[in-house]
Amino acid sequence: MNDKMIATNLDFYYGQTHALKDVTLPIKERRVTAFIGPSGCGKSTFLRTLNRMNDLIEGTRVEGTILLDGEDIYGPRVDVTTLRKRVGMVFQRPNPFPMSIYDNIAYGPRLHGIRKKSELDAIVEQSLQGAALFDEIKDRLKKSALSLSGGQQQRLCIARALAVEPEVLLMDEPTAALDPISTQKVEELILELKQHYTVAIVTHNMQQAARVSDFTAFFLVGEMVEFGETQQVFHDPADKRTADYIGGRFG
Amino acid sequence: MTVNTAARQATAVARRPRSLTETRIRPLDIFLRCISVLAGAVTLFLVAGLIVYILAKGLPGVTWKFLTTEESALNRTYGILPNIINTAYIIVITLLVAAPLGVGGAIYLNEYAKRGRLTKVIEFTTEALAGIPSIIYGLFGMMVFNNTFGFGYSIISGCLTLAIMVLPTIIRTTQEALRTVPTGYREGAAGLGASKWHTIRTILIPCCKGGIITSLILSIGRIVGESAALIFTAGIAANLPSNWLTHAGTSGATFAVQLYQYADQGRNDVSFAIAAVLILVVLAINLLARLCGGRKKA
Repeated sequence: MNDKMIATNLDFYYGQTHALKDVTLPIKERRVTAFIGPSGCGKSTFLRTLNRMNDLIEGTRVEGTILLDGEDIYGPRVDVTTLRKRVGMVFQRPNPFPMSIYDNIAYGPRLHGIRKKSELDAIVEQSLQGAALFDEIKDRLKKSALSLSGGQQQRLCIARALAVEPEVLLMDEPTAALDPISTQKVEELILELKQHYTVAIVTHNMQQAARVSDFTAFFLVGEMVEFGETQQVFHDPADKRTADYIGGRFG
Repeated sequence: MTVNTAARQATAVARRPRSLTETRIRPLDIFLRCISVLAGAVTLFLVAGLIVYILAKGLPGVTWKFLTTEESALNRTYGILPNIINTAYIIVITLLVAAPLGVGGAIYLNEYAKRGRLTKVIEFTTEALAGIPSIIYGLFGMMVFNNTFGFGYSIISGCLTLAIMVLPTIIRTTQEALRTVPTGYREGAAGLGASKWHTIRTILIPCCKGGIITSLILSIGRIVGESAALIFTAGIAANLPSNWLTHAGTSGATFAVQLYQYADQGRNDVSFAIAAVLILVVLAINLLARLCGGRKKA
């Protein structure tokens, strides 16, 4: 299988803080890659470098390269809008916009120039189907997205990200704010998504990483300690620090 | 063993909880409570008394004719129609100038500017601007707009002066509103590929609509009540517009300025009539602002 994205010798700084140290890591195409590690280890920071979300934060600096299908996403002539269309993101807290469910999903497609109502209607339905939400809310597409439950809001956000047809979907602890039933739905969804998308997910929940991911990367204080197939990382870790973390001896 | 039990029983008796119905009298509490009730009552009485007094003295003079004619020296009748028209001109033009500047400034400060010395200086200046007495705005407006720009005593000079005066209100209120927009909205839009301007246009401004409208209504309140800044700039004329298009280029007094004129001439009855109209307008504006604010919260 191909490397959809690959980070090489990536260093990242928040002002003086060296948040990522020489990280080299591939993201495999149409597979789920999980990033695990204790709080503050840099896994979310790494995820956010993959579609340049850190650009929004002042005083940050990136060194090294990240390739998307062989193109450097930090190259001088890169259009961040196109990058983020191809590499979408779902956040920790569900963040639907304060508008109708329909308009939330249509936000991305409209942004990228789709105006025809019939086309938008089709995209909205497909995206909601894709996020396993359509049947629950098909009668209230014009209602405010804020009226949905937390779990539904998060699946709406996933649908919103799918609506721009990304190739890679980044998920930053997507179930951290959800109850167990909603979490299960989102996890099932992730397993569905990998048939068409490349998924990278940050999670604090080790069982979740074991359940949904094909590959796992373990981060510790800014370093990527170990990367491998999830089975191997969990059952036969190469590094003692990984074994300690997974065995619950710290973190 | 027995000694031990006895000791335990003794402490248990000593620790017997106080009954809930045993009342305690706390003199300081009662005293402070009386003081605050009194302070509240005095405030309420003052405001209510003021409004009732002005309405009682002024309302009898507010007739249909008073509102729909201009003053006639020949007939010895009074009318404030020119002032109503002037006030409307000044509100509309001032907001046309101040609203885009204020909202734009707030968006720049919150969304574009890097937090640093420059933004701090701008914010400090804005706050200082809000604290300057309005007569100084009047003096400044007269020197700059009337004299240097050569607009003379004119509604437009008054509007430009007032625009500077209400700018801090609009900037501050819009900034407050922008700060309440969750970061998640900005991130969510950016994550879909939206540019900063697109996010501002489609998410931030719609979210802040309530706050912006509130700031505009509060500005209207200040404009309607302003006299010192206008006497030097917009002047004191009270004529019906001869030409609606060029009216803004001529001198024109608002309600508040006209009130000042009549009080100066010893026509207290007319002053009170205007005061009654003014106070009703200001009350209505405050009510409107409250309604808009309330709708925003809901």
